[in-house]
Amino acid sequence: MSLRTIHPPFRPEHFLITRPARPVTILLRRILITLLLSLALVAQASADDASLRAIVAKFATAKNFQATEAIVRELAGTGDPSVERPLAALAEGDLYFRKSDNAVFIGKEAGQSVRLSDPLTGESAGEEPKGALTKVRVNNSLRRTVRDVTGTLTLGSEDPAVRLAAAETMFGNPDPEAVDGLAAAIAKETVASVKAKLEQARAAAVLRSDLPEADKLAAIERIAARGDRAALSLLIGYENAAPEGAVKDATTAAIADVNSRLAVWAAAQNVWYGLSLGSVLLLAAIGLAITFGVMGVINMAHGEMVMIGAYTTFVVQDLIRGSFPGLFDWSLAIALPLAFLVAGAVGLAIERGIIRFLYGRPLETLLATWGVSLILQQAVRTIFGPTNREVGNPSWMSGAFNLGEMSITWNRLWIMAFALAVFFLLLFVMKRTAWGLQMRAVTANRRMAASMGIRTPWVDALTFALGSGIAGIAGVALSQIDNVSPNLGQGYIIDSFMVVVFGGVGNLWGTLVGAFSLGVLNKFLEPYAGAVLGKILVLVLIILFIQKRPRGLFALKGRAVEA
Amino acid sequence: MRGSFSTITQCLSAGLIAAGIGITAPAMAQEDTIKVGVLHSLSGTMAISETTLKDTMLFLIDEQNKKGGLLGKKLEAVVVDPASDWPLFAEKARELIAVNKVAAVFGCWTSVSRKSVLPVFEELNGLLFYPVQYEGEESQRNVFYTGAAPNQQAIPAVDYLMNEEGVERWVLAGTDYVYPQTTNKILQAYLESKGVAKDDIMVNYTPFGHSDWQTIVTDIKNFGSAGKKTAVVSTINGDANVPFYKELGNQGIKAEDIPVVAFSVGEEELAGLDTAPLVGHLTAWNYFQSVDVPENAAFIDAWRAFIKDDKRVTNDPMEAHVIGFNMWVKAVEKAGTTDPDAVIDAIVGVSVPNLSGGYSTMMPNHHITKPVLIGEIQADGQMETVWQTSGLVVGDEWSDYLPDSKDLIADWRAPMSCGNFNVATGKCGGKGTTN
Repeated sequence: MSLRTIHPPFRPEHFLITRPARPVTILLRRILITLLLSLALVAQASADDASLRAIVAKFATAKNFQATEAIVRELAGTGDPSVERPLAALAEGDLYFRKSDNAVFIGKEAGQSVRLSDPLTGESAGEEPKGALTKVRVNNSLRRTVRDVTGTLTLGSEDPAVRLAAAETMFGNPDPEAVDGLAAAIAKETVASVKAKLEQARAAAVLRSDLPEADKLAAIERIAARGDRAALSLLIGYENAAPEGAVKDATTAAIADVNSRLAVWAAAQNVWYGLSLGSVLLLAAIGLAITFGVMGVINMAHGEMVMIGAYTTFVVQDLIRGSFPGLFDWSLAIALPLAFLVAGAVGLAIERGIIRFLYGRPLETLLATWGVSLILQQAVRTIFGPTNREVGNPSWMSGAFNLGEMSITWNRLWIMAFALAVFFLLLFVMKRTAWGLQMRAVTANRRMAASMGIRTPWVDALTFALGSGIAGIAGVALSQIDNVSPNLGQGYIIDSFMVVVFGGVGNLWGTLVGAFSLGVLNKFLEPYAGAVLGKILVLVLIILFIQKRPRGLFALKGRAVEA
Repeated sequence: MRGSFSTITQCLSAGLIAAGIGITAPAMAQEDTIKVGVLHSLSGTMAISETTLKDTMLFLIDEQNKKGGLLGKKLEAVVVDPASDWPLFAEKARELIAVNKVAAVFGCWTSVSRKSVLPVFEELNGLLFYPVQYEGEESQRNVFYTGAAPNQQAIPAVDYLMNEEGVERWVLAGTDYVYPQTTNKILQAYLESKGVAKDDIMVNYTPFGHSDWQTIVTDIKNFGSAGKKTAVVSTINGDANVPFYKELGNQGIKAEDIPVVAFSVGEEELAGLDTAPLVGHLTAWNYFQSVDVPENAAFIDAWRAFIKDDKRVTNDPMEAHVIGFNMWVKAVEKAGTTDPDAVIDAIVGVSVPNLSGGYSTMMPNHHITKPVLIGEIQADGQMETVWQTSGLVVGDEWSDYLPDSKDLIADWRAPMSCGNFNVATGKCGGKGTTN
């Protein structure tokens, strides 16, 4: 066959030699050329792949961070989008190499072994025990480099969110070389929000470039319009480098403009911080508003009830982690009723065991509850150990969102909502239920209440248990922002008394107003006086206030007070 | 009346007899054991950190006894609980030395507790091994400082940030007490000597156990947005760290942007918290559990077997006790006696293996040589060493960067035998209350 005669040499020139063409040969030639071309293409692609692999393989032999960084830059220099995968893995600390043959993989830890995948394609590559692999080490400056170089690489991504992140990265790290690339990306961009960010990124790059003055002025205007901290940082950084004249003046003016806008937001932010601190104070004090405010028991063990609530949360989370990891986001909801019951039960025991013998003897009550608080602390220390216990934040309580230039963290927002919910629930119980009525009756006139058939000892016990239980659920919330340690309660006891006394003993609304006003006051003093002096000033102001109004903001009136 | 009086006397005499037995019992036991005092808080605020060190001492003493004890005698631990109460430290120290007749005391954590026991050790001529990083500006004849002085922790950490991360703006954040205040004073002087402008340094103090970090973290964020690379040097103590890092994480401050280098956050502290917001932040110590050398692996295995918990972590102050204890053992063997004066003379120059693969030596200023490691916090609560000093650093008791102390040196060898020798005036007794 003719095919046989052609086949052995297998060299292109043989096919391309012009010979008297016969129809069959022409067809054959075409097929072969196509085949060959596609073969060549495949060869081309695999050569690229091989060179990428060669660079990735160098991660295994990099001796120090500088060497690793050089490899990162080399990878990024190829401009191949597929290098994003190994780079992202490197930044996450997921890049490993096998000790036996220095092969580089992306690994995900799964117990004692690591699940491997190919660094470029992401295809699964089996599993290895941890001991057989070494992690490619990474530090902050490497993470930064990776973030900066992948910014340019991911500008063409399909996902708008990735493009947005890339634009943000490039804004924070402007590169004059990228001006044209960004302009091209802007022209292609269809999503308005991404387009705006890309234009800001281009403006940032323009400032660093040697483009004419008019471009720079437009860029400054665009950056100033953005008006946030990142813009301010960029402008301040540029101010010294700006050429004298119109550009410098425009920069200075833009900085002043951004600053004045930020100052307004800063004040708003401060109010929010104050309210947030107030909500924490409210949570801590609300149980005490019952035990001390309504019942008049100087309860030094109040902080320990908060601590017991926090430890209940720890135990719940520990069980969930061990047995039902899927329920983790629900752990707080599960912990709430349990904390109420546990702390309430402890409160009930304290009231029945100690406090009921001491009504009307404030000094003895103070000493006895102080002793109880020490006993509880040491008991917790013995059971759970002296070290802090880890209480995790469920995902819906992590992170922050921006409201204008204010950043509001989710955990604080939830705690504020929770504190208010607890407050109004308690108010409802006190004002609208029979139990609440009995409680108030016993406080107002014990003998009269007893004559009306109210079992005052049990009302006392249950009221104390209620106050303690509420302190327990406060502990669930506070475990999210503070340490869970045996000393947790001590940090809150002084503040709680301060709030209740300032707000007016026996008045729930007073506690609410007292907590929020102390929170805001504290936060307004803090930026000027510092945290330490701020706290001292607040205490001094409270002392002066109590001198003037010994019964606090909202004093109870009537016979109960004089009794 | 009469009856009750006789009851009281009976009780008293019974008590006296009991006390008498109590006193004679250890005196008899003293014949065949050497006593080692352990002065760490087992209750109160500091129990969180100090309980582990008590266990470490029991472990070390146990190990030494397995090796046949010391000078042919068994070692016996005398554990007391000063309950995080500073004056009680002095009382308990007195009890250890005067009543229990211990040969050496290993203990204290906070600087204020150390300061409160100093006069006791001086008066009764005891030996104290102090295992925690501290602010320096002290050298006492009866005290051996096995933790880091500022030049063995704070200054190398700042150097690392300046050289490797290119940091130009500094936030010095600390808890309001002696260690952070002195350390920050030294750091401020050091930074200014390196040409950092005053405007580029922000100093911030917070009360113990501070939990509302919103304003301060915002301040740090604002301070960091001045177009210069910013870092936080944190001397925030113990418990306050958790809410601090949580707030940093929640407000979106990443380690790549504003790294925090902490001097008081170790493996033990990290074991109690959700490490996610801390990953990438830095710590500076002289030892990490993750140091990959055989000595350390052997120590961790033995420690876990002793404490019967295969997840227990190790940390820097523990290593300091290991070094201090081994130095004391070696010095006692060298001197042939546990007599404090002989041990003080013998211990200078004693060199023992540390747990990071090298040797630490007791210097004439009663501080030791150590490597300095900078680590990045990992998701599993361990540190990964990203930088370390090329050699060992000698603890510098009197900082060279403070005008008051730059001319002072300490040398406890004869003939100088002085803790604050002023090289400018050539006299012993410069600044300070120690001598």
